[in-house]
Amino acid sequence: MSTDITDAVELTGSSVAPYSPENPAPVIEPPRARTKRTPRSTRTNFEMYGWLFMRLSGVVLVVLVIGHLLIQLVLDGGVQKVGFAFVAGRWASPFWQYWDLAMLWLAMLHGGNGLRTVINDYAEQANTRVWLKTLLFTAVAFTIVLGSLVIFTFDPNIR
Amino acid sequence: MPAGTLYRGREGMWSWVAHRVTGVLIFFFLFVHVLDTALVRVSPEDYDKVVATYKTPIVSLLEYGLVAAILFHALNGLRIIAVDYWTQGPRYQKQMLWTVVGLWILLMLGAIYPVLGHAARVLFGS
Ligand code: HEM
Ligand code: HEM
Repeated sequence: MSTDITDAVELTGSSVAPYSPENPAPVIEPPRARTKRTPRSTRTNFEMYGWLFMRLSGVVLVVLVIGHLLIQLVLDGGVQKVGFAFVAGRWASPFWQYWDLAMLWLAMLHGGNGLRTVINDYAEQANTRVWLKTLLFTAVAFTIVLGSLVIFTFDPNIR
Repeated sequence: MPAGTLYRGREGMWSWVAHRVTGVLIFFFLFVHVLDTALVRVSPEDYDKVVATYKTPIVSLLEYGLVAAILFHALNGLRIIAVDYWTQGPRYQKQMLWTVVGLWILLMLGAIYPVLGHAARVLFGS
């Protein structure tokens, strides 16, 4: 099996001769290099747990979200059947209430944590980062609280 | 910036771009989706009025796009996990990407009739 991990990286725009032992490539400092001022240990492993959570929630979400899409868009007439009466029928069962609850929490936390990464990547100013992450946190918390309330206070005889 | 470091990572980079774009799209969809579902707490009429727009041909096309985004993000997400945890993962990342793309095309073909069939009947008569 030919493996080509190396040819997956292509450097362009080189105006100088290829690098060699006599002409070494410039050294790029690793972004996480430890300096004298770096504390001996960081307090938590938050980023590692975040990384793990993305993978664990991802596996569970495959089942929850694809199942949801099959039910809503494919089975039993597709989206045409969806309406208040349909939702009332589904949330009469605790199984589907908890299905939707798990999907709500996992998808929102997974997507929220993913967006946190995206903000860290693109927002270069510390100020902008703080504001965007505050906005993100608010949106995620609001959505989770609202969605959870809607599932458990649903009233089929609202009218 | 040192010369000659513009990164063009081919399949690995483009799948990462697509994973990021689809993830962000799904997040914004979900935000709106929880708001529209919350209308069941307002009144059956309001909920049904909004859901009626989901059954129109144009929105059906958007739903097909949402399915495309979810299926790619889900399949490629499983590929990312395999690259991380399967000892042979990094070696076969490219083959796994083409498997993902192949499966995605098959599933998208399968979704045409269920998701867009009604719209076609509305637009072109039964
Ligand atoms: C269907 C099952 C899903 C799977 C298997 C999955 C898998 C993954 C994985 C493994 C990552 C981490 C990538 C990394 O660390 O480099 C990720 C990132 C992400 N996911 Fe998902 N995900 C799923 C559903 C969702 C949903 C429903 C949303 C939105 C609510 C979402 C939004 C995101 C975002 C925004 C990122 C960050 C992308 C980035 O940093 O480039 N994902 N996903
Ligand atoms: C266009 C495709 C979709 C349709 C037609 C649809 C339809 C519905 C309906 C009718 C409900 C009410 C409860 C139920 O029947 O289970 C619901 C709830 C829900 N859906 Fe979807 N859905 C779609 C896509 C998605 C996707 C892609 C996600 C995840 C990323 C999602 C996540 C949720 C969640 C979390 C709830 C619970 C909302 C709450 O807590 O108030 N849906 N959806």
